[in-house]
Amino acid sequence: MRMALSDWQPLPIPPLLWLNTGVLVLSSIAMQCASLAARKGQVDMVRLGLASAGLTALAFLVGQLMAWRELSADGYFLASNPANSFFYLLTGMHGLHILGGLVGLGRTTVGAWNGARPQRLRLSVELCAMYWHFLLFVWLAIFALLAGWASTLIDICRGLLT
Amino acid sequence: MVDITPADAVPPAEVAEMELYHPHSWWTKYVFSQDAKVIAIQYSATATAIGMVALVLSWLMRLQLGFPGTFDFITPEAYYQFITMHGMIMVIYLLTALFLGGFGNYLIPLMVGARDMVFPYVNMLSYWIYLLAVLVLVSSFFAPGGPTGAGWTLYPPQAIMTGTPGGQDWGIILMLVSLILFIIGFTMGGLNYVVTVLQGRTRGMTLMRLPLTVWGIFTATVMALLAFPALFVACVMMLLDRALGTSFFMPAIVEMGEQLQHGGGSPILFQHLFWFFGHPEVYIVALPAFGIVSDLISTHARKNIFGYRMMVWAIVGIGALSFVVWAHHMYVSGMHPYFGFFFATTTLIIAVPTAIKVYNWVLTLWRGDIHLTIPMLFALAFIVTFVNGGLTGLFLGNVVVDVPLSDTMFVVAHFHMVMGVAPIIVIFGAIYHWYPKVTGRMLNETLGRFHFWVTFLGAYLIFFPMHYLGLMGVPRRYNELTDMTVMTESAHHLNSFISIMAFIVGFAQIVFLFNLIWSIRHGREAGGNPWRATTLEWQTAETPPGHGNFGKDLPIVYRWAYDYSVPGAKEDFIPQNVPGSFGPSREPA
Ligand code: HEM
Ligand SMILES: [Cu+2]
Repeated sequence: MRMALSDWQPLPIPPLLWLNTGVLVLSSIAMQCASLAARKGQVDMVRLGLASAGLTALAFLVGQLMAWRELSADGYFLASNPANSFFYLLTGMHGLHILGGLVGLGRTTVGAWNGARPQRLRLSVELCAMYWHFLLFVWLAIFALLAGWASTLIDICRGLLT
Repeated sequence: MVDITPADAVPPAEVAEMELYHPHSWWTKYVFSQDAKVIAIQYSATATAIGMVALVLSWLMRLQLGFPGTFDFITPEAYYQFITMHGMIMVIYLLTALFLGGFGNYLIPLMVGARDMVFPYVNMLSYWIYLLAVLVLVSSFFAPGGPTGAGWTLYPPQAIMTGTPGGQDWGIILMLVSLILFIIGFTMGGLNYVVTVLQGRTRGMTLMRLPLTVWGIFTATVMALLAFPALFVACVMMLLDRALGTSFFMPAIVEMGEQLQHGGGSPILFQHLFWFFGHPEVYIVALPAFGIVSDLISTHARKNIFGYRMMVWAIVGIGALSFVVWAHHMYVSGMHPYFGFFFATTTLIIAVPTAIKVYNWVLTLWRGDIHLTIPMLFALAFIVTFVNGGLTGLFLGNVVVDVPLSDTMFVVAHFHMVMGVAPIIVIFGAIYHWYPKVTGRMLNETLGRFHFWVTFLGAYLIFFPMHYLGLMGVPRRYNELTDMTVMTESAHHLNSFISIMAFIVGFAQIVFLFNLIWSIRHGREAGGNPWRATTLEWQTAETPPGHGNFGKDLPIVYRWAYDYSVPGAKEDFIPQNVPGSFGPSREPA
């Protein structure tokens, strides 16, 4: 609703975000492979899946940081106006959640290498996979919101509320 | 004891034995403990301690209101700070922490028949983060500029501006940081409570056999897990506004003739976020109280709870409905009339499940074998007080009535009745009820009765007159009322009277604290089950229950929690872990 006000100056979406989105999708796919492999008990595949999911997630984070740097280099700072603030807040929070997920993923990966009990391993891998898909879904929603595609939806909500 | 007949055999929900952490030293046993019972006591003690601070603050406010001009040190700024800290401490750091962190930790594992919470280590972290949150909060009293005086609602823009105490000093920052910490700590504990109820139950303990106490705490925890994130983001955003100059909540604003850096933010957004948390918060402290009161009434009236299933669904229904009523706190903030209509309607609809609960309590009492023990007295007092507060809530839920009453003492009277006095009274009743299990000794009866009558009658004498003051138009959050036209001579007298009563009631709480400490050593020995109650926590091998709660074997549950006065049974209660059929139980099939 505030997007209609003059104080709200949307910032350009850096093209890098597209790449990041792709990387995050890859990460989720890798996680899914790991989870399927865990169900079948193929430890090697689990290790491969976990490692590649972790690396791609890291790459996503680095990409996000680069997008931030690009934006601030162009003069779009956190406090410049609410659109910027929301951009940094949402991406920042999402990034923090990925970081937290990486801690869990790290522990699972260590377990996968040190021969954790198959049942335990399967549980942790499946939980991680669920979390990964969830974060991907949230990211897609955030991306849609920031890129402005959700404005039709927002218009409908505004119509309902006012 | 009767043999297990096939009819009694319960489909066993196979629960694997937990790998318990066994403490090796004094430190890991009593300080960095992973035992939910110790954590519960730590939570309760910390909440009580900080609650005493809030009590003293309420005295200071009442001193100023009752005897204006007498106490120079209570400046207008100080008054705002007292109000804010009093409200915030009472609601969050006392009630929420005590019900969920205190009672939740102690009762959930024992009542569902688990050895401990499912994630003991996270549970321990939860307490220590809570303690940190409390310390950060307390530190704001000593920070330059003192604590924040923004009101417990912390509405921006004023909360972070110069005119508000702590707005441009440390006060508001420490408050926001403390809330953020509290929420992180609570989330850790809350996930534990939910998972333990869902996954940690012993054999035979179906969801529909849980004592209502567990249902209340469980539903409240789920609600808190959904509501606190709204407060969390609001705090983060305000912190960014204050510390880094963003404008989430700050519109373009001129302060003392100077244009501030901010612009483009929406203060109303904060209000929505705050009350999306704030209204459910009322039920986060009310639902555990509902549950506990149901069990107190059933036990001390020796009668099964009336309409168990209805009670469960009422708890869940209230929990769900309370997420769609938040904007009734914002009628005066300006909104579309249809919007107000919607929220007034949902608000009034909540009265239906709530009234069902009240009827069921009364019907449970009806023709019961009522023992006027202290827990029962408190339970009865709760019903009366809650009905009183609920009725004024119906007034305030209607837009046209609320608008003139908003920001008057009527509101203060309403919310103190319904979410101040009522839950606190349940906490007292619950402490008298479960203290024997926690310590092995009874609380002193004489002191207890003194505590009850002074608290109950006194609370009414404090808050009932406030309804009148509010109807007369006496505003809330004013530290100086002397020159107002609404303040007639008699209104002044009433105010002084309220203040004196506040001191008397506060004194009774000190007697209660004394009783708590004195009875640890000198109370009458309680034995394992002094109230002859049915639920599992009373059936433990040792009292207080040892590490792992239940000795070698976990109990198996054969019946619901309310087999009191079953016709034909030898005793007037049948514990949940006793097999066999004794007579017509009223357990819903
Ligand atoms: C001895 C008992 C208590 C006394 C005498 C007392 C007194 C007061 C007073 C005088 C005010 C300020 C009224 C005003 O000027 O606006 C107040 C505000 C408040 N109290 Fe209490 N109170 C007590 C217990 C509680 C409890 C148990 C709760 C828990 C819910 C509570 C929650 C609040 C809240 C939320 C506010 C509003 C703060 C604000 O306006 O920002 N109080 N109380
Ligand atoms: Cu409300």
